[in-house]
Amino acid sequence: MENVTNVIEMRHIVKDFNGFKANDDINLVLHHGEVLALLGENGAGKSTLMSILSGLLAPTAGEILVRGHHVTVKNPTVAKNLGIGMVHQHFMLMNSFTVLENIILGHEITRGPKLDLKKAQTQIEELSKCYGLNVDPNKKVGEITVAQQQRVEILKVLYRGADILIFDEPTAVLTPQEITEFIQIIKELAEEGKSIILITHKLEEIKRAADRVTVIRAGKSVGTFNVADVTDNSLAELMVGRHVNMRLTKPEVELGKTILDVTNLQIKNKQGVAALKGVTFNLRGGEILGVAGIDGNGQDELVEALTGLRHVNAGKIMINGRDMTNQKVRKITESGVAHIPADRQKYGLILPFTVADNLALQNYYQQPFSRHHLLHRDVINQHAQKLVEKFDIRTTGINLPVSDLSGGNQQKIIIARELDRDSDLIIAFQPTRGLDVGAIEYIHKQLLQERAKGKAILLISYELDEIMQLSDRIIVLHDGNISGEVKPEATSDEELGLLMTGVKKEGTTLA
Amino acid sequence: MSLVAILSLLVSSTFVYSAPLIFTALGGVYSENSGVTNIGLEGIMTMGAFSSIVFNLTFADTFGKLTPWLGALVGGIVGLIFSLLHAVATINFHADHIISGTVLNLMAPPLGVFLIKAIYDKGQTANINQSFGYFSFPVLANIPVIGPIFFKNTSAPAWTAIIVTIILWWLLYKTRFGLRLRSCGENPQAADTLGINVYGLRYAGVLISGFLGGIGGAIFAEAISGNFSISTIVGQGFMALAAVIFGKWNPIGAMLASLFFGFAQSISIIGNQLPFFNHIPAVYMQIAPYVITIVVLVLFFGKSVAPAADGQNYIKSK
Repeated sequence: MENVTNVIEMRHIVKDFNGFKANDDINLVLHHGEVLALLGENGAGKSTLMSILSGLLAPTAGEILVRGHHVTVKNPTVAKNLGIGMVHQHFMLMNSFTVLENIILGHEITRGPKLDLKKAQTQIEELSKCYGLNVDPNKKVGEITVAQQQRVEILKVLYRGADILIFDEPTAVLTPQEITEFIQIIKELAEEGKSIILITHKLEEIKRAADRVTVIRAGKSVGTFNVADVTDNSLAELMVGRHVNMRLTKPEVELGKTILDVTNLQIKNKQGVAALKGVTFNLRGGEILGVAGIDGNGQDELVEALTGLRHVNAGKIMINGRDMTNQKVRKITESGVAHIPADRQKYGLILPFTVADNLALQNYYQQPFSRHHLLHRDVINQHAQKLVEKFDIRTTGINLPVSDLSGGNQQKIIIARELDRDSDLIIAFQPTRGLDVGAIEYIHKQLLQERAKGKAILLISYELDEIMQLSDRIIVLHDGNISGEVKPEATSDEELGLLMTGVKKEGTTLA
Repeated sequence: MSLVAILSLLVSSTFVYSAPLIFTALGGVYSENSGVTNIGLEGIMTMGAFSSIVFNLTFADTFGKLTPWLGALVGGIVGLIFSLLHAVATINFHADHIISGTVLNLMAPPLGVFLIKAIYDKGQTANINQSFGYFSFPVLANIPVIGPIFFKNTSAPAWTAIIVTIILWWLLYKTRFGLRLRSCGENPQAADTLGINVYGLRYAGVLISGFLGGIGGAIFAEAISGNFSISTIVGQGFMALAAVIFGKWNPIGAMLASLFFGFAQSISIIGNQLPFFNHIPAVYMQIAPYVITIVVLVLFFGKSVAPAADGQNYIKSK
């Protein structure tokens, strides 16, 4: 008789990367038909553990039981045959392939040497219907939304006959509405008898979606709990290992002079279509202005225009009383603008460069960092050393390439570089994207500190919670226009949600 | 000259000059769709040309009319072996694809000339007696108008190339092998997680390009130049590479682009026999194919989209 309730048991798993123990004696049990959340900070070893389970990494020690049998998952094919399927955080999709091709890839149905796409399509349509995963099989993956791409990933593992599904940070890329739909989908999957592991660091989702939660910290098991028995705060403490302030206190700050004054800003996007259609707002010192909205409603273009990365077609940008419309990036930066970009790896950092060099990117050309075009290494290193300590950047050395650091520490490097320059205006675009609770708390505190110093902060974020917690005022972008301005204490998620979809509320005052 | 005569001259010489480009460009399409940039096509063609001429000179008496075809096959095999260098360097040792390809291009001509010197004790080979020549299709050649233009005194290698194109298009887009090969050029990490053998398929892509590039070089040598010297392959490999880009990394597109470049090349050779073109100074006609290649690349390079992971090394984690 095999034990059917425990579909997976991972016992005393150790994974050693050249002396660094990413997993150190971790235990995990997955019951049949449940949603188990795997909670831990970035770098705690969640992904390593799941890579071991899905055959991408070999454990140094420990044993794995699937449905009561000892197994060695030595490659992804073994995992597939055991019915284990993983939906990766960074989707493993071919953008130029159709949805159908993506789903069957590696598991093709053929007739003779030829692919039998018709038969595959029938099978996939049945699966989509069964689990409510609607997606057009003949569309190119590059042309569908991120939420639909995720469905393709789910269909991919279901098509391979998986009944144990692992989701790695599945909601990081989704909008609030899509998250609700996603949670609905995994609940249905669990009801159909699939067993699900949900890797996440979002406490709220665990509450909504999971039955039990296994917490790991710094590569070690902390414990497994019934979700119903624990609070958000206690989970956060278990994960981080210290008390975490979930609700930040926002002291009263006296407003200073107007730092940013944007009038009738109009910008075209890459395709030449109007992305901002006449946006007007201002921002004063000691104030955080939140810009809410669904991704793709002009946020990218707004930030790019403010930082000089995109041409402004009409309107005016005044920073500290000086006209900065269509000025060069460096001139804008030097006029007192700090920029925390949304994509830290693409725009915020040069990944192969060292920590020290990345920290010097904004002032390497100035004295004392360089003279006569020659870099002064010792100054750059001292500067880096100082910032690493001041901003608590966890790295084994300032000469390590930043690509070796965790996401949270990479973000801290950007924060350190940008905030250390004492700029009057701080443009923070998705400053906590993909970070864990501890890192989010840290960055939010930094922003509030800058606010207390009288800096003007423009916070553009797709996370409603973040906007609501930090902002003094909120403007909502919809389709290139400001669809409303609200105060966080006088609004609700529902009202913001409506504004985000373009429903204007009566009595809304526009700045 | 009558219009039919002009057209048949144009089409047949376009075909003759296109055939080497089509084969080589198809090779490029396969290599790049598997994710390995192959600028070494020029060097591969050189090795194909060299080996086919040596084979042709040695075995012409034994194999008679079959010699150029067997020579092309030999050129293909030598090209395949030569491309192994590129495969090992880029796939196993994660070398930069451009640098590895450049090594092939720098190595092939002197190697060929050195071996010619060693074998024949002179700087270039004698002319071959068994070349591809012209071929007329039975029956089809007698169709009025179309027959003389397309099927009479035409290039058999070019027609073979067109058939091979269709087969390779089908292989790339309609079979499991093609789907998997393309997945390695699009997102090798993802392909790996799906249990696809990325290294193996990239080897397949590069070796196919070596084989086809070798055939391309052999056809050029045995149909056009007639011998082998340091200046036999001068830019045809790069034209084929341009055809890959112009043809959007698709076999059919690459074939059409090769026909266009073949046309440009043939115009420069037969221009003096054609009305209008015979008034243009010869030097302009001779540089035309290269200028057209550059212009096409400038116009299309930014617009056509390469396989996403083309030229990127894939390092499997342990």
